[in-house]
Amino acid sequence: MDNLLLMLAPLFSSKLLLVLFFGTLFGLILGVLPGLGPTTGGALILPFTMTLDPLSAIVLLTSIYCAGTYGGAITAVLINTPGTPAAAATCLDGYPLAQKGEAGRALGMATVSSTVGGIFSVVILVFFAPILAQLAYEFGQPEYFALAIFGLTMLASIGEGSPIKNLIAGAFGILISTVGKDFMTSIDRFTFGINELTEGIGFIPVVVGLFAMSEMLTQSTLINQVFNRIALKAIKLPSKDDYKKTWKTILRSSGIGSFIGVLPAEGGTVASLIGYSEAKRFSKNPDEFGKGSIEGIAGAEAANNAATGGAMVPTLALGIPGSATTAVILTGLIIHGVRPGPDLFREQPDFLYGIFGAMLIANILFFIFGFFGAKIFARITLVPNKILWPMIFAVSVCGTYSLNQSIIDVWIMLFFGVLGFFMRRYGFSVVPVIIGLILGELVEGTLRQSLVIFDGNWLMFFTRPIALTFFILSLIALAFPLIRSRKIKKNND
Amino acid sequence: MKNVQKQKRANKSLPFFFRDEFRVSLLIILTSVALLITTFTFDIVPPILNRGIQPATFPKALLVLIIVMTLLIYYLATKNPWKVEKKLPRSFFLTLSSFVVFVVVSKTLDFFLAISALSIFVSYCWGEKRIFYLLLVGIIFPIIVFIFFETILGLRFPPGIITNIYYS
Repeated sequence: MDNLLLMLAPLFSSKLLLVLFFGTLFGLILGVLPGLGPTTGGALILPFTMTLDPLSAIVLLTSIYCAGTYGGAITAVLINTPGTPAAAATCLDGYPLAQKGEAGRALGMATVSSTVGGIFSVVILVFFAPILAQLAYEFGQPEYFALAIFGLTMLASIGEGSPIKNLIAGAFGILISTVGKDFMTSIDRFTFGINELTEGIGFIPVVVGLFAMSEMLTQSTLINQVFNRIALKAIKLPSKDDYKKTWKTILRSSGIGSFIGVLPAEGGTVASLIGYSEAKRFSKNPDEFGKGSIEGIAGAEAANNAATGGAMVPTLALGIPGSATTAVILTGLIIHGVRPGPDLFREQPDFLYGIFGAMLIANILFFIFGFFGAKIFARITLVPNKILWPMIFAVSVCGTYSLNQSIIDVWIMLFFGVLGFFMRRYGFSVVPVIIGLILGELVEGTLRQSLVIFDGNWLMFFTRPIALTFFILSLIALAFPLIRSRKIKKNND
Repeated sequence: MKNVQKQKRANKSLPFFFRDEFRVSLLIILTSVALLITTFTFDIVPPILNRGIQPATFPKALLVLIIVMTLLIYYLATKNPWKVEKKLPRSFFLTLSSFVVFVVVSKTLDFFLAISALSIFVSYCWGEKRIFYLLLVGIIFPIIVFIFFETILGLRFPPGIITNIYYS
């Protein structure tokens, strides 16, 4: 009960409320702009968080995460381009409904279902994260290794790109984490005589490069693209009839989104796709889907916002990111000297429940901002790319430089920008690289320490029940895409 | 759907060494092999000090895994070819070359000048011809960002022609 009261702390701190206000506003702007999003925005804002105390910093990042995920829906409905990948499923019905002159109704449903999904997932986070953290006390190095492997194998089914390409990208991310001095022996690896590389490759240059710079290159190929914008008069709250039609879908998708979010490496994109397809499966009018179904919007939006709270569960309880944006939040925690895991729940409940409370308030704030300001946010998309992206470049370069005051970091960022562009062009998702990079040290560290414990006997991994369970789950995660594609093929035949 | 099938057919009709799947797979494998060779140059920990595996073992295993998986995607691509990507437009190459110019200018002349030059160049190449907006993205905005980073984060930017004037 005391812990739940701690959730109210942000309400009584004017500083935290201000941070929440700006975080939500900034998140919405990022979500609305196609190509940007909470991951890139979080990475760009990370250097600024150094001027804040740890709680304010993480509150800022989580509010950007919650609001950015919702913001994608505004562009999805009005210009048929998802502001964030998680809003891709919202386009399917949001835009057709807007074309029928019901943009306000579509956005109203997106706003309500996003808020319900987000709040539902915070409740899951509050109750589930401490239980998971308690379980994590049973984890030793072998269990953490098996868990990290499970997280990486989940990359096979993250929805974007082919499973094997995702796994290659994940392995590449781990490989990047091996650059620099070996943490156990201090032997240089892949430094090629460059002193700046002995400390390893930083997370921020890679994230900003793979997301922001690669997107800038992508935008350079689309300068003649013209969006058909649909005018929005005002957002309408869903009618009684709409609520009757969608309440079951919203609850189901909230559950699905929270569950998918909890799975390591999965995130809002997968959650929204599954939420949407389940909404269609359970609908009395599946034929309406793709033609402007209100249930389709509710299913996708409730699920992608529910994934935000879900994804925070493994991030805070185990230090395993639940999505690309939570990988940024995890980096923020580490930069501020906060070590996620079971000890965090025991030693700093005020910090942790402050974050939970802030996420809850962020969900309410984006509802208010979205409801009253969607028309203004929609206008942000009118800023031409030829002005917007050079500005983003300036912020990206200064932000990347600021963390270590290293020009090499800026060059690394540009290198990863070019690499990210070609990866995306040839169907390799960049998200697994980020997850691999953040999990790389954990995978190698726990593997090597486990082998020391086991005196080099690899088979000992299989004598530990929790580790064995994670290995079995990893096999299932690897087999899942194969089973899914066979099922789809069978259905098509 | 028809377009994708058409693109896939077009890709299949090309000789194998012109196909994207071959070129991408070859590039990944060559890079991985080069890095694998590099791992053999890593220092070896003497057995008496070594705990667990050698520092080179883990990256070696990863690189072998990447090579195996790349061969697998190439094998799968022979059965189900990738779609042919559209040719990249001139604006892409101009933006890409501006990155190279940025690296050279930031190293030799000035960090601020490099940001400013790239911003104006990219904005112009993407179609912005109005002087005010070019100045906005190339000079006014970078100055705001510079001052913001300097005052809020206490950041000191690397020395250069313009930054030296600012700091003096």
